[in-house]
Amino acid sequence: MSVLIFAELDEGALKKSSLEAIYYGSKVAALTGTSATAIVLGEGKADELAKAGRFGATKVLHASDAQLNEGNAMAYASVVAEAANQEGADVIVLAKSSLADSMAARLAGKLKAGLAANVIELPDVSSGFRVKRSIFTGKAFAFTELTAEKKILAIKKNTITPEETEATATVEAFKPALNDTDFAVKVTNVEKASGDILLPEADLVVSAGRGLKGPENWGIVEDLAKALHAATACSKPVSDLDWRPHHEHVGQTGIKISPNLYMACGISGAIQHLAGVNSSKVIVVINKDPEAPFFKSADYGIVGDVFEVLPRLTKAVQEL
Amino acid sequence: MKILVCVTSVPDTITKITLTDNNTKLNKAGVQFITGPYDDYALSRAVELKEQLGGTVTVLNVGESDADPVIRKCLAIGADDAIRVNAEPTDAYFVAEQIAAIAKENSYDLILMGRESIDYNGGQVHGIVGEMLGLPSISPVMKLAIDGSTAKITREIEGGHEELEAGLPLVLGCQEPIAEWKIPNMRGIMSARTKPLKVVEPTGKDTLTHIANYELPPARGACKMIPASEAETLIKLLRTEAKVI
Ligand SMILES: Cc1cc2nc3c(=O)[nH]c(=O)nc-3n(C[C@H](O)[C@H](O)[C@H](O)COP(=O)(O)OP(=O)(O)OC[C@H]3O[C@@H](n4cnc5c(N)ncnc54)[C@H](O)[C@@H]3O)c2cc1C
Ligand SMILES: Cc1cc2nc3c(=O)[nH]c(=O)nc-3n(C[C@H](O)[C@H](O)[C@H](O)COP(=O)(O)OP(=O)(O)OC[C@H]3O[C@@H](n4cnc5c(N)ncnc54)[C@H](O)[C@@H]3O)c2cc1C
Repeated sequence: MSVLIFAELDEGALKKSSLEAIYYGSKVAALTGTSATAIVLGEGKADELAKAGRFGATKVLHASDAQLNEGNAMAYASVVAEAANQEGADVIVLAKSSLADSMAARLAGKLKAGLAANVIELPDVSSGFRVKRSIFTGKAFAFTELTAEKKILAIKKNTITPEETEATATVEAFKPALNDTDFAVKVTNVEKASGDILLPEADLVVSAGRGLKGPENWGIVEDLAKALHAATACSKPVSDLDWRPHHEHVGQTGIKISPNLYMACGISGAIQHLAGVNSSKVIVVINKDPEAPFFKSADYGIVGDVFEVLPRLTKAVQEL
Repeated sequence: MKILVCVTSVPDTITKITLTDNNTKLNKAGVQFITGPYDDYALSRAVELKEQLGGTVTVLNVGESDADPVIRKCLAIGADDAIRVNAEPTDAYFVAEQIAAIAKENSYDLILMGRESIDYNGGQVHGIVGEMLGLPSISPVMKLAIDGSTAKITREIEGGHEELEAGLPLVLGCQEPIAEWKIPNMRGIMSARTKPLKVVEPTGKDTLTHIANYELPPARGACKMIPASEAETLIKLLRTEAKVI
């Protein structure tokens, strides 16, 4: 028995959320008296693989086949399933992401595993195997028993604060059998903002809504985000109107995030918007309307005009 | 083009969640049930494709009779017929087994779902069904065009999107902006009453999970207001008090 962690690479480096998953997986292993193995797919730098050890994995399986450089959920699920069988892993841990979510769903089908998504705490293994997960987009929690032999835990960002140690992991090459049917879907084009901080990974997020009046005014939002090293996000109408790309849209029908800081500028705070951001640690609201509903869900608020307040905040950050 | 659309009946997005029975059940009293918003996107695109290419749209729900109003609304929006598997959908694997069983009987060209349910947020049923049927599954799909027996798909990824091509049949988890949500018109509502809604009994009873009880999140503390004239104070507080920057 062991705990297997699916660790994801982004441009050759382990994603921050994956380090969290590795650390979480190592804690699950400690709770269940086993060890944690990370599996990494695609070509990655050697020092990145070693990092998995510093976050708690005792072993790293590396499937470096170049065919796996592209994040292909079906092929990944086959490889992870093979690794889980080889390692006798009953628990598989991963950090939620657009790739990991699709991979986990296929894996659940392959292994006939119980999949708990949006897990927010370590499992309770005192009798059975119980996890706390967020449901109703953060509006409630469900304590869920995983009764199948195989269990998949998809953890939400900020579930655990990883601690880095000097520990090392043994790295083993893993040569899975790849089958053509897993490559039936052809990727014809990828468009991805490079260099930007990925929104689901970001610790700090500056978000803006219709109060910004038009896409030409986003400079003040981007300036503050840049000063803070934050990612930018937006409300649904803003992406519907094409002021901002769809992958920045947060909320009930958009991306769900749980950063340390969420700053909402010129966003009214509709319940569907809150659903995507309510598990942020600290929420700041800047709105010219003192009656804006968002203030009821905020930790800090400024009643003011974003066009005046944001540049001043940017300056204050730069002067820190 | 034969399309299956799988829909959930879920509490409206504006619902305030409350619990009953010693926190072991969600309180359904006074809750308005709607079609899952992502399922609505899937259905709208299915109806558009039918209008464009011909064919049929079948709606499928795994649920009890309280889901019938939602199913009728899907018929009013333009689905031709509906199937309800008569069972309480208490586990994603169980739900996927029911959907896969219906799909095996009827061989659809496209099986459209939402990217995730807005109640349990699993985001897994499409992947499990794909696996059970040996078909590719893709999610979250933002655009879908059909060219003969090939689907051209735009899928959202972190920080952008990717364009994909795959042969039919396929299982897809949909999200915006794949289509505009459709509102049923009077004619649709009238015709929905006579469209067939077949109720079938479930096959198998594999459940891999069980919810023991629920909890509501603690309320956030009071909001600390900072006068706009002292906006800079906010940055200081975020560093020294909240310690997030
Ligand atoms: C099924 C469903 C799903 C939905 N999903 C989502 C979702 O995922 N995400 C989402 O965001 N929405 C979602 N919505 C829409 C949601 O209900 C709101 O309509 C939306 O969030 C409002 O966006 P907004 O706050 O940017 O705009 P508005 O509600 O128009 O608010 C603009 C705010 O800006 C303030 N403002 C204006 N000028 C200034 C200024 N100069 N300085 C400071 N403040 C100013 C105003 O006081 C106002 O509060 C959904 C709706 C439905 C029905
Ligand atoms: C009383 C009750 C008890 C429950 N107990 C549990 C439990 O113990 N453990 C647990 O995991 N869940 C439980 N659920 C949730 C229920 O099992 C979910 O409907 C099921 O797990 C699928 O949800 P999901 O969030 O994983 O779906 P997702 O994978 O997020 O759904 C993706 C898409 O699949 C399709 N889909 C999903 N469900 C259905 C359906 N029922 N009919 C047709 N299409 C569908 C839709 O197109 C949807 O957009 C319970 C629900 C109820 C009402």
